[in-house]
Amino acid sequence: MVTSSILVLLGLGFLSAVILGVASKLLYVKEDPKIAEVEEALLGANCGGCGYPGCSGAAAAVVAGKAGCDVCVAGGQEIAERVARVMGQTVSYREPQVAVPGCSGGDRATALYRYEGAMDCRAQALLAGGGKKCGLGCLGLGTCVRVCPFGAIHMGPKGVPVVSPELCRACGKCADACPRGVIAVLGMTARLLHLNQTDDCLAPCRQKCPAQIDIPRYIQNIKRGDFAAAVQTIKERNPLLLVCGRVCPHPCESVCRRGAIDEPVAINPLKRYVADWEMNSGTRLPVALAPDTGKRAAIVGGGPAGLSCAYFLRRLGHHPVIFEAMPELGGQLRYGIPEYRLPNKVLDWEIEGILRLGVDVRKNARFGRDFTLESLEAEGFDTIFLGLGAWQGSNLRCENEEAKGVLSGTEFLTAVGMGAKVELGEHVIVVGGGNTAIDAARTARRLGSKVTLMYRRTREEMPANAIEIIGAEEEGVEFLFLAGQTRVITDASGQTTHLEYITMKLGEPDASGRRRPEPIEGSETRIRADNILAAIGQKPDLSCLYEEGGECRLEQTRWKTIVADPVTLQTILPHVFTGGDVFTGPDIAVSAIGQGRRAARFMHEYMTSGEIRPPERLQREMIPDTLFSTLDGYPELPRVKIPEVCAEDRLCGFEEVELTISGEEAKRESCRCLNCGSLCHGEEPEFVMIEDDAA
Amino acid sequence: MTEYFLLIISAIFVNNILLAQYLGNCPFLGCSRNIGTAAGMGAAVVFVVVMASGFTWAIQRYVLVPFSLDYLQTIVFILVIAALVQFVEMFLKKAAPPLYKSLGIFLPLITTNCAVLGIAIICQRKDYGIVKTLVFSFASALGFMLALLLMAAIRERFELSRLPQSMKGAPAGLVMAGLMSLAFFAFKGMIS
Ligand SMILES: Cc1cc2nc3c(=O)[nH]c(=O)nc-3n(C[C@H](O)[C@H](O)[C@H](O)COP(=O)(O)OP(=O)(O)OC[C@H]3O[C@@H](n4cnc5c(N)ncnc54)[C@H](O)[C@@H]3O)c2cc1C
Repeated sequence: MVTSSILVLLGLGFLSAVILGVASKLLYVKEDPKIAEVEEALLGANCGGCGYPGCSGAAAAVVAGKAGCDVCVAGGQEIAERVARVMGQTVSYREPQVAVPGCSGGDRATALYRYEGAMDCRAQALLAGGGKKCGLGCLGLGTCVRVCPFGAIHMGPKGVPVVSPELCRACGKCADACPRGVIAVLGMTARLLHLNQTDDCLAPCRQKCPAQIDIPRYIQNIKRGDFAAAVQTIKERNPLLLVCGRVCPHPCESVCRRGAIDEPVAINPLKRYVADWEMNSGTRLPVALAPDTGKRAAIVGGGPAGLSCAYFLRRLGHHPVIFEAMPELGGQLRYGIPEYRLPNKVLDWEIEGILRLGVDVRKNARFGRDFTLESLEAEGFDTIFLGLGAWQGSNLRCENEEAKGVLSGTEFLTAVGMGAKVELGEHVIVVGGGNTAIDAARTARRLGSKVTLMYRRTREEMPANAIEIIGAEEEGVEFLFLAGQTRVITDASGQTTHLEYITMKLGEPDASGRRRPEPIEGSETRIRADNILAAIGQKPDLSCLYEEGGECRLEQTRWKTIVADPVTLQTILPHVFTGGDVFTGPDIAVSAIGQGRRAARFMHEYMTSGEIRPPERLQREMIPDTLFSTLDGYPELPRVKIPEVCAEDRLCGFEEVELTISGEEAKRESCRCLNCGSLCHGEEPEFVMIEDDAA
Repeated sequence: MTEYFLLIISAIFVNNILLAQYLGNCPFLGCSRNIGTAAGMGAAVVFVVVMASGFTWAIQRYVLVPFSLDYLQTIVFILVIAALVQFVEMFLKKAAPPLYKSLGIFLPLITTNCAVLGIAIICQRKDYGIVKTLVFSFASALGFMLALLLMAAIRERFELSRLPQSMKGAPAGLVMAGLMSLAFFAFKGMIS
C-alpha cells in the first residue's frame, strides 16, 4: 500500500510536471524584453498616478505604444528621457506641474464639531459635509498627506497642507483624495487658463479685480520680501503691471475688507512698487512659455486688450501678431493717458517685455484699409482678436459745435501724446466729467492755458477718479458744476470766443442711478473760451469693419460695440474674438486686460481642441456672503501715504506726478493685508490643531 | 429544478463556505481591503473553483476510485489543484490576455486557498454527480465572493473611522468576520 501510494503520487507529480512543462513550451507568450527595460527605467514607485496598474503596467503600455514616454507622472522630465532612450524616441518638453493647496487656513479651520470621530477628510465630507464653518476650505484632517506617495505634503502650523515643491511629483493623488477640491495639481497653462469660479476661495478683491489678479498672494509675496514672486503672481493675470500700478482706478480697493476696520490696503501702490522694482533692477524676470503649438493668431489693435491677449497667447505657446494702426503700441495708454500720469518710457519698457517673448508687430497697419478679415484668414491666421478700442470722440452736442477752436478731448490728448505742437488759446473750457475730461484739463493746464472744467452734474457725480479731481484742483483747474453747454459763440472769422451754458439742477435719478440734470430756464450765461475740448464720451469706430461693399460679417450693438458672447468673447464668427473698449464701450484698462486674457483663453481652446467649453460656476458678480460690513478685533494701522510732486512743480512740465513708495513702506503696507479668503482671514489668531487622542 | 434552486441557495447563504464553514479565511482577510481587489479575487475564485471541482471530480471518479486509492484524496487533490492553477494561468495568458490581466496576481494566490480544496472535497463527500458538482461549486464560489465583497465594503468604511490603535487592521477584520458569521447564522435551518 505504501509503495503503491508513493508510486501513484510520484506518477501524478511527474505527469503534472510533464503537462506543465509541455504547456509552458506551447503556451509561451513572448514578452518584449523592452517591457522589462522600460520598467527598469521607470521610478518603481507603483503609485498608479499614470492610471496603469503599477509600473509594469505602464511599461507594457509604453511598449505597446498606448502611452508616451512621459507616462510616468511621478518621474518628471528625467524619467521621461530615460524611457525615451529605451524606446529610441525623444521627449518634448514637459510642463512642470506641482500640487497647490488653495486654502490658507484662517478661521475656517476651527472645528464646529467632529462628526462621529471620522479622522479622514473624505469621511467627514461624506458624513457631515465636513464639520467646518467654511464650505470651500480645507478640512484639515490630512488625507492628502496620507495619500501622497512621495511624502511631499505635510500639515502646516495653520492646519492646512503644505506642499514641498521639490518632492512633489504631480501625480495627482492628493487632488483625487481631497473631497473639497482644495488641492489641485496645476501647471502654468492651467493656471493661466483659470477663470474665477464661485467655488474657489476668493477674497473680495480677487472677485472685484476685472483681471482676476490673485491679490492676497502677491501681497503675501511682498510681505515675505519676495518681490520677484509678487511680479510673477501679477504677471499670471496682468502683463501691464507698470501701467496698472500707475493708472488703475483700483476697484479692488473699494471692496477691501480692511476698509471695514480703517482704510483699504494700498493694493495698487504695492503693485506699482514691485513693478518698478523689476524695472529698476535692470533685468527682466524670465517669463515661462508653454511649448510651441505652431498656431497663429492675429491681434488687431495694440491697446491693453490686444497686448494682454497677445501676451497670454504667447505664453500658451501660440504665435500672435499684433496689427496696429498707430506708429506705436499702447492704444489709449499712449495716446490718451498723458505723460505725467504714465511716462512713455515706462510704457515702452513694459511693451518691450511682451514683444520680447516672441510677439510680432506690424505697426501703421490699419484694419479696413491695409488689411481685412478676409486677408487675415487668407494669410493663415487660425484666430483673430479685435481690440480696436473706442476712439471716436463725440461732438459737443450743442449749437455751432463745428466752430473753429472746438476739439474733441481724445483728439487733443492723442495729438499731445504724439508729440505734435498743439496751440491752445488763453481760455480753455473742457466739457465733461470723466477721466478724459480731467486728463484734457490737466494737460491743457500744463500747456499754459487757464482751464475751466464744465460739468452738468456736481462733483459727487463725476465719474473721474477722485484723486485725479483733487490733482486737477491742486494744479489750478477751475470747476464749473451744474452747467450744460448750449451754444458756441464765434467772432466774425468763425473763431470761438465764448461758450454759452445754462445752469442745471439735479432732478430724479435716471437709469444709471445718477440724478438727472435739468436745465433752469432763462439762466443762460456766457463764459470766455478760445478753445473748447469736448470730452463727453467716446465710442468705438467700427467703420473699418465694413469692407468695400459696406456689408459687415460681424454684428454691432446700438452703442457701436461688437456683439460677442459675454463669457467667451467669441463673436458670431467662431474664429473671431473681441474684448476691451470695442466690446464694452469706454471702460478702464484692467477690464481690457482681463478680457484680453479671457479671449486668449478661449482662443487657445478653439485652436487646440476646435471647440469652446466655458467652465461652469464662473464667478461674475460679487459673492454676497463674502462681503462684510464690519470686522472686529483688528487694530487700526495707518495706510501708506503716496508721495507726489507738489502742485507748483508739476505745472512746469509732464514729469510724473505720483511717485512710488519705498521698500520699507511696501512691506509695512503688505502687513495691513488680512490675507482674506472667501470667508476667513489668513491673519488670524493661531489655529490650534485638535489632537487625535486615539493615535 | 427546486432541488438545484435549493442547492444554490444553500451553497450561497446557508452553508456559505466562508461564514458558515470557515474555509478560505486567508484571502478573506488578505484581499478585503478594498472592493476592487475583492471583486478581482472573487472572480478568480469562482473561475478556479468550478475548474478544480470538475477536474477533481474526474480524477476521483476515474483514477482514485477504480484503483481504490481514495485515501490519497486530499494530497492528490492538492497536487491537482496546484498544477491546474498553474496551467490555467499559462493558458489564460496565451488565450485570453484580457481575462488574464484582470484576474492577474490573484490566480497564483488561489493555489493556497483552502476553500477550493474544501469545495472539491465536499462535492465528493456528498457524492454529487458532475452537473451537481459544477452547480454546487459555482454557487459556493459565488457565496465566497459575496462574503468577500461585503467584508471589503465594511472594511472600506472602517478605514475612515477612528479605531483604537490595537484594533486597527486584522483584529477589527476578525471581529467583523465573527459578527458577519453570526449574521449568516440566521440562515441556518432555512433549508434542512
Ligand atoms: C484720456 C483717457 C484717460 C484714461 N485714463 C484711464 C485711467 O486712468 N485708468 C484706466 O484704467 N483707464 C483709463 N482710460 C481707459 C483705458 O485707456 C481704456 O479702457 C483702455 O485703453 C482700453 O483698451 P483697448 O485695448 O480696448 O483699447 P485702446 O487702448 O483704445 O486700444 C485700441 C488700439 O487699437 C488700435 N486701432 C484702432 N482702430 C484700428 C484699426 N482700424 N486697425 C488697427 N488698429 C486699430 C488703436 O490704435 C489702439 O492702439 C483712459 C482713457 C482715456 C481716453
